[in-house]
Amino acid sequence: MSAMNDWAGRYRAPLYILRRLLSAIPTLLAVLTVIFFAIRTLPGDPALAILGDTATDAAIAGLREKLGLNLPVWRQYLNFLTGLLHGDLGTSLVYGRGVLSELLRVLPYTLALTMASILIGTLIGVPLGIISALHRNRFIDYVTRVLSLLGFSFPVFYAGIMLILMFSVWLPWFPVISSTSGSFGDAVHGLVLPAVAGSLGLIAMITRASRSSLLEVMGDDYIRTARAKGLPEKTVLYRHALRNALIPVVTVIGLYFALIIGNSVLIETVFTRPGLGSLIIGSLDNRDYPMVQGLLVAYAAIVIVVNLLTDLTYSVIDPRIGQS
Amino acid sequence: MSATSASSGGLVQTFNRNKLSWVGIVLFMVLCLIAIFAPFVAPYGPIDQSVMTRMRPPSMEHLFGTDAFGRDQFSRAVYGARISLSVGVVSVFLGMSVGGLLGVLAGYFGKRIDTVIMRSMDVLLSFPTLITGIVIVALLGPSLTNVIVAITVTLIPKFARIARAPTLAVKERAYIEACRAMGFSHARIILFHIVPNILTEILVMASLWTANAIMIEAGFAFLGLGVRPPTPTWGGMIREGFEHIFQAPWMSIFPGLCILLAVLSLNLIGDGLRDALDPRLKQVRDMG
Repeated sequence: MSAMNDWAGRYRAPLYILRRLLSAIPTLLAVLTVIFFAIRTLPGDPALAILGDTATDAAIAGLREKLGLNLPVWRQYLNFLTGLLHGDLGTSLVYGRGVLSELLRVLPYTLALTMASILIGTLIGVPLGIISALHRNRFIDYVTRVLSLLGFSFPVFYAGIMLILMFSVWLPWFPVISSTSGSFGDAVHGLVLPAVAGSLGLIAMITRASRSSLLEVMGDDYIRTARAKGLPEKTVLYRHALRNALIPVVTVIGLYFALIIGNSVLIETVFTRPGLGSLIIGSLDNRDYPMVQGLLVAYAAIVIVVNLLTDLTYSVIDPRIGQS
Repeated sequence: MSATSASSGGLVQTFNRNKLSWVGIVLFMVLCLIAIFAPFVAPYGPIDQSVMTRMRPPSMEHLFGTDAFGRDQFSRAVYGARISLSVGVVSVFLGMSVGGLLGVLAGYFGKRIDTVIMRSMDVLLSFPTLITGIVIVALLGPSLTNVIVAITVTLIPKFARIARAPTLAVKERAYIEACRAMGFSHARIILFHIVPNILTEILVMASLWTANAIMIEAGFAFLGLGVRPPTPTWGGMIREGFEHIFQAPWMSIFPGLCILLAVLSLNLIGDGLRDALDPRLKQVRDMG
């Protein structure tokens, strides 16, 4: 009996990870199915869209044959899934290139934007939350709370436009159009305003989460013990309280990831940046359905993977998670 | 998440003590009144053009300035409130009704019904909110109804999740057992004994998500996926203003402030409600 418990104890974390990985598979399959059928209900004939109105019937029929559009739907569905397994997302109607290669070309821009927003959000949000908690119900706490409410309420594209107005038009510090060519320095320079615009909501969220979580932790028994031992307040705060208080921040970032990735549509439009967001807007305009389909697969994959990673990080930081 | 433990008396008292939530309520009411009485508030027609007054900066005559067609931006913002507020309120109401019901059904019946409903919600949640919305509007075509449909669809899974958790807790209570023993129908138990007990939690989220819905609607309009011009919307006004950001920055500044005020007022109300409901809920806020 105790051997059983030992076994269960030792393999609890890996088992939890495995179970969590397996549970993502049916969701992923359902997501792919929804994407496939949603794209097929979009109006318009892809063959006609590629060839234009002047194409002959024979040419359209020929292309339909080539694209596999004459096959029964279940066959097309199977082809879609097997294609995915081979890393084949189809061919873009507009670029004439593989959807995957176009996706991989713009993905780094969106990821850079997202990561930079998260970095700014954490670097500003965590200290603000700590200061706010340490000065609970005093002036500085009050100011921080009002500011974070404002941060929540700022539409991301409006924030972007106001940043352009202030730091590109009135003060010519940053470029209006976010540069993606040129040196690394130029790229970082061009990334500042978009990333700040994307981080406002996150700063607010992280400030709140770290404030309330620190306040909660500071009331816990082990903090009282640490204080009773005569440890200096700084040690109590940095060695004991903060480490535990920051766990919820990880969850907040994980939850927020999908939002930032989605918001990149707006930020990339405001700053004329390449990325997943501007690609999906362009592809919807051009009725480039294979591209839209590929982008939806990419978005879903990113969200599912990030959710998985958040859960797993959480279970590593707090081993109690996997037990239930 | 024990929302039901907060008695309604305590709830109102805590809410009353929070002055900022009252600021939110007053602000939101004023915006609603402006939207309702738009024809009386707006000094000019929202689509009246005037060649003589193109791109004028803000003045006593034109509080928010004028746009490239000489239209009064203040009047357009006043009428724009109608679209933003109605999209926000209607889509949240629909999302709350459908999503809330699905969540309650999942929690109440459990087993296979629970699995089917919640797995479908997981599928919807696997895309960023804005992306789901954009694709739906593109699929159906840009119009007021389709914007509402798109936002409703993105809200349904969030309300389902919020409604399911407290349903699981409430259905284990003794009085639900008693209802069953008395032979009440499932519909009667759900409608009269479960829903009233989880309503407060759902309403808190509803106020916060109305704020989000307004931001999403503005985002759609900014991307050109909203209500067709020349009907004024705040997001659409920013879209037009952004093209003239160098010459006429006021064209983007003021409509954005309107969105900010509307969203802020709802967030203030939502925060007040949440604090009153359960202080521990403070950090829980669904996003994405």
